Amino acid sequence: MNEAIVEKGLFLLSIFSILIFLLIIIFIILESFPAFQHIGISNILFGINWAPDNGFYGILPMILGSIIVTVFALLIAIPLSIGCAIYIEEFSQNHIKTLFKPIIQTLAGIPSIVYGFFGLMVLVPISRDFFGGSGFTILVASMVLAIMILPTIISLSQDAINSVPSEYVESSLALGSTHIQTIKNIILPKASLKITTAIILAMGRAIGETLAIIMVAGNVAEIPTSILSPVRTLTSNIALEMGYAIDIHYNSLFATAVVLFSIIMVLMIISNVIEHKWGC
Amino acid sequence: MKEKFIKVLIFTSGFITILLFVVIIAYILINGIPVISFEFLFANTLNSGREGGILPMILSSIYILILTAIFSIPIGVGIAIYMTQYCKNILLIKFIRFISRCLASIPSIIYGLFGFTFIVLFLRLGWSIFSASLVLSLMAIPTIFQVSEVTLNNIPLNLIESSLGLGATRLQTIISVIIPIAIPGITTGIILALTRAFSEAAAVMYVVGSTFQIPLSIFDTGRPLPLHLYILASEGISFENAYGTATVLIFIVLFITISTNYFVNRYQRRIKYEIKS
Amino acid sequence: MKLKVKNFNVKINNKDILNNININFKKNSIHALIGPSGCGKSTFLKSINRMNDLIDKFTFDGNIFLDDKNIYDIDEVSLRKKVGMVFQKATPFPKSIFENVAYGLRIHGIKDKKFINKKVKESLKASALWDEVKDKLNSSALNLSGGQQQRLCIARTIAVNPDVILMDEPCSALDPISTFKIEDLIQKLKRKYTIVLVTHNMQQAKRVSDFTSFFLNGHVIESGKTNQIFLNPKKEKTESYISGRFG
Repeated sequence: MNEAIVEKGLFLLSIFSILIFLLIIIFIILESFPAFQHIGISNILFGINWAPDNGFYGILPMILGSIIVTVFALLIAIPLSIGCAIYIEEFSQNHIKTLFKPIIQTLAGIPSIVYGFFGLMVLVPISRDFFGGSGFTILVASMVLAIMILPTIISLSQDAINSVPSEYVESSLALGSTHIQTIKNIILPKASLKITTAIILAMGRAIGETLAIIMVAGNVAEIPTSILSPVRTLTSNIALEMGYAIDIHYNSLFATAVVLFSIIMVLMIISNVIEHKWGC
Repeated sequence: MKEKFIKVLIFTSGFITILLFVVIIAYILINGIPVISFEFLFANTLNSGREGGILPMILSSIYILILTAIFSIPIGVGIAIYMTQYCKNILLIKFIRFISRCLASIPSIIYGLFGFTFIVLFLRLGWSIFSASLVLSLMAIPTIFQVSEVTLNNIPLNLIESSLGLGATRLQTIISVIIPIAIPGITTGIILALTRAFSEAAAVMYVVGSTFQIPLSIFDTGRPLPLHLYILASEGISFENAYGTATVLIFIVLFITISTNYFVNRYQRRIKYEIKS
Repeated sequence: MKLKVKNFNVKINNKDILNNININFKKNSIHALIGPSGCGKSTFLKSINRMNDLIDKFTFDGNIFLDDKNIYDIDEVSLRKKVGMVFQKATPFPKSIFENVAYGLRIHGIKDKKFINKKVKESLKASALWDEVKDKLNSSALNLSGGQQQRLCIARTIAVNPDVILMDEPCSALDPISTFKIEDLIQKLKRKYTIVLVTHNMQQAKRVSDFTSFFLNGHVIESGKTNQIFLNPKKEKTESYISGRFG
């Protein structure tokens, strides 16, 4: 009797989680609807001017901004983190390895805002001294994001490398391959699927990061022309203007959220497809 | 020759990464530790944060952490128990897995937007620590669910069958066999989710009210530490106090990670069972 | 007859697993089920205490009677109390030795401490483990050796006073000495219990059992006294199997 109640309760809880998801989507789409209706989908998606005071609501600069910052962040983070994961798993001694686990965990737990603050106090002045200008640049924003996602990619890549069965590694070594050859020909190919999903996960987190980026990116809503231009991302656009937006301006921020949401969903679907196609 | 080069590359990337984090943390701590004093930790905030301490923020963060734990742990673990122990509908399981992955990857600012318009305005719950905890719980549940589900699925089936074979009901088996074994794995998931909630600023900035009185109840407005750091730094109110706040944040995260690792290890040694999570 | 199985068929996922099984199990005897892997003997064993109900897409027809009562007329909790089970791999719970044996009593709502203490001691003695563990009842069951863990699982099973004990290859993961101890124990247990023993090891079946049934591809090919099955099999397939010509 008791049991049936528990089971029903847990079932309702699970249905509840699905409802929450639908609720979030529906709510955001409903709130964005007036913006798409009055301004037009293409004017929002492909408009290059964002000037709510004058009735311009183009978010193309922010879409490009998000993509560019994320791509540069990945360019910095991927080689570093995979190299670091290989170093920890394959070249460090056991007691060092056990030391790394909590360290990486802690780094992943440090609020991204702290990394943003470090960027603001250290990287922005450096960029200003070296390249002139304000120092609030795509370069610095990407570096902050890269630092932020490093621990995630490292620990997931470590798991990926760890999950390669040791028989594969041993038989490769027994055939006379060197350690490096084994890493290149056996371990990395075997781990590549999991590393790819780790990268997609990190990509999602980079695109979704908000306040750390706002602190260092300059937030000018223009299409960036070089790596030293300031940049505004989709997330920044929402966070910066949510406090005072009303009417269609308010709705256009929800439209920004819908675009952001769609990008994340595309990433999720890609990673699902990768896992189902090549995973076991 | 080429081998050597690759090896050097791997070692340098390892070295650079480690150095990077050492520099960042050292830089924050060197600038932040001198700021920390008894007054900084236990005094009220004055002059928008230029002077005084950060007691209201520490309290806000603690309230939020506890409330989020209360809301999200039973729900996240409960769904995982249902999915692994009761549910036989494979489609539903797959669907919930997919949805929780999506929920886990929605940017925090979107949760903030949802929290502001739905919880604060639509449900009229207003700006408060309570509302912020609701939003953060929504973010924490998918992670807790995912990690718990993997842990529970890795418990050997024979062990569960042994308990049922002795005439235990499902529920008795869950309470006295399954959960004790799964605790370390589930705890890891909970800590991951809760440190994220603790570190979150964007999701709560339009939900929590962002004031600096000492919150006396959970329905008061508040301002958690990460948000305080953001406001101090981005509005240029006081970089000095921003360093201090950042240092406190780092220490708290460090404390949470180390203490839970310690307890999980001790527990695992005691029960001698290790389930991968 | 303790257990009677009549025209019993099982399908899992619409695939025939067991076909028209008819076996009777005599009270206080050891009945071995032998046959090659995948012949259905383990599925059959798990049908007796309705453990297969846990499997998705499990369907059956026919009847199993325990003391002339259809097992589907008994609620599954009391059925499993009467029909205990020991698995191939020892499955101690992550609790102390004492708590492992007391587990079954506690889940059935027994709170009397004296009674539990007495019952744990009796069960450990009956499973020939008492002398080895009496000084460390509170240490983790996972510290025991594989053979000790298996005897602990037997103790845990008999603590709830079953009538029947199902054993699914209880020695296949053990060394020869532990195997000998468990076989010895099984022999002693039959004085009080009816034992159904699934085994791969034909020598074991020959050594310990009173009756033997030979399973092949979901059918019972032959069933009878162990001596007769091994010395004088009536069916050709049985003879091929026990002389090691297939499987």
